Amino acid sequence: MIPAPFDYYAPTSLAEALTLLQQHGDDAKILAGGHSLLPAMKLRLAAPSVLIDINRVAELRGIKVNGTVEIGAMTTWSAIEHHAALAKACPAMADAVGLIGDIQVRNRGTIGGSLAHADPAADMPAVVLAVDAQIHVEGPNGPRAIAAADFFTDMLSTALEPGEIITAITFTSHGPGEGSAYAKFPHPASRYAIVGAAAYVKMENGQVTACRVAITGAGPKAERQTAVEQALIGTDGSADAVAAAAAHAGEGMEMLGDIHASEEYRRAMCKVYAKRALLKAIERAR
Amino acid sequence: MTTITVTVNGVRYTSEVEPRLLLVHYLREHLNLTGTHIGCDTSQCGACVVHINGVSVKSCTTLAVQCDGAEITTIEGLAHNGQLHPLQEGFWEKHGLQCGFCTPGMIMAAADLLKRNPNPTDEEIRHGLEGNLCRCTGYENIVRAVRYAAEKMAATQAAD
Repeated sequence: MIPAPFDYYAPTSLAEALTLLQQHGDDAKILAGGHSLLPAMKLRLAAPSVLIDINRVAELRGIKVNGTVEIGAMTTWSAIEHHAALAKACPAMADAVGLIGDIQVRNRGTIGGSLAHADPAADMPAVVLAVDAQIHVEGPNGPRAIAAADFFTDMLSTALEPGEIITAITFTSHGPGEGSAYAKFPHPASRYAIVGAAAYVKMENGQVTACRVAITGAGPKAERQTAVEQALIGTDGSADAVAAAAAHAGEGMEMLGDIHASEEYRRAMCKVYAKRALLKAIERAR
Repeated sequence: MTTITVTVNGVRYTSEVEPRLLLVHYLREHLNLTGTHIGCDTSQCGACVVHINGVSVKSCTTLAVQCDGAEITTIEGLAHNGQLHPLQEGFWEKHGLQCGFCTPGMIMAAADLLKRNPNPTDEEIRHGLEGNLCRCTGYENIVRAVRYAAEKMAATQAAD
C-alpha cells in the first residue's frame, strides 16, 4: 500500500514547523511518530498534500520529573516506558504505555501524536483525563494550555485549532497517599483498547478523598466517569466500595459496537476495568 | 523527488526518492535487499522489522525520507565475515522457522531485545517479540532459538 503523493518538510525547530503549518494550512498534516497517520495515508483515508515531519525538532522531546511531570510532545512511548522516575510519579502512565501496540510501535509512536489523533481506542486519553493533565500547544496566536477534560471533543476530534501543534503534557506528580493505575482489555491483534480504564485516587486517614476515573475504547471519545468518582469519594476504598462505585462506569456514555465487541459487552467491560484500575490505584495509594 | 543519504549495513547510499516511498520499498526495490519482508503492511506482523540507528522499527510504517542521515541494519547486515549471527545460528539449530517468512523480522526484533536484555527469561523473550507474528511454529522453537543465541553470546563474551 502506497500513500498518495505529498511534499515533505522536515523542520528542525518548532518555530519553523509552525511557519510551515501556517503557510500550507489545511493541505498540511503534522507527522509525529506516524503510526496512525501513515497507515491512514496508505489506506488513502488521509491524503494530505504536505507532510511536516517534526521528528527532527529536538526541543519537543524529553521528560522532566519533579513536583510536576513534563513530557515533550515528541517523546516516544519507549522513552516514557523506560523512565523510572516517571513510573513512580504516575504509575497509571507506566501501566498504559507498556500496553500500547508493541515494542516497534512504541519505538516510533509519540505521546503528542497520539493525543492529537484522538483515536477513540487509544490508551493515553484516559490517562491524561485521570491525572488531570494540561496539554500545552503553540500556534499562530502563541502558546496556550488546554485541560485534558476540555481536549477531546469527539471521535478523532480535539480542541486543537488549525495551525496549532502540541508541545508538551504536564501534570502533578503523585505524592504520599496518591496512587493511579490503568487496566485494559486489548484487541488481541492491534492491541488497541476494546475498553481501557485509568484511575487516580488519594487516600487520607483510610478514606478516599479524591478520585478521578476515565474510560477509553468504549465510546467515540475518552470520558471522565464522575458517577464512579462521586460514589467512591468518602468511602474506605474497600473491595465492596470499589465494586459499588465501579458499577456506575459507562453511565450516560454513548457506546460503540463493532465485530469485536457489542455495545452491551463494552458497557459491561467498563464496570470490570474501572474496578480493576481502581483496586490497583488504591493498593498503590495505601 | 528528494535526495537522501543513508548507510545500510555499513554501505553508504545516496538516492533520489519520492517522499511517499516507504522504507521497506526503498530497501527491497531500490537497494535490492529483499531479506526484509512485507507481511501485513499494517504495522502489526513485524516481518519488516529493521534497525534505524540501533532501534528496531517497522519499515512498512516509516518513510525512506525520514531516514536521511540514518544508519540502517537489515537481516542482510547481521552475519559478519561469512559467520552467522548467533540468532541466525539459533534459528537454524533450534528449528525456529517453518516457512521462514517471519524470520527476518523475528531475528531483527530479537537482536534489539538481546541488546537491551542480554539474558532474558522465556517470558521476557515472548514479550520482546510481541510485535512479530508467526503463523507456523507456535513460537516454542522461536523462543528456544533466542535463548540459544543469548547463551551463545554470553559464552562468547565470557571467553573474550
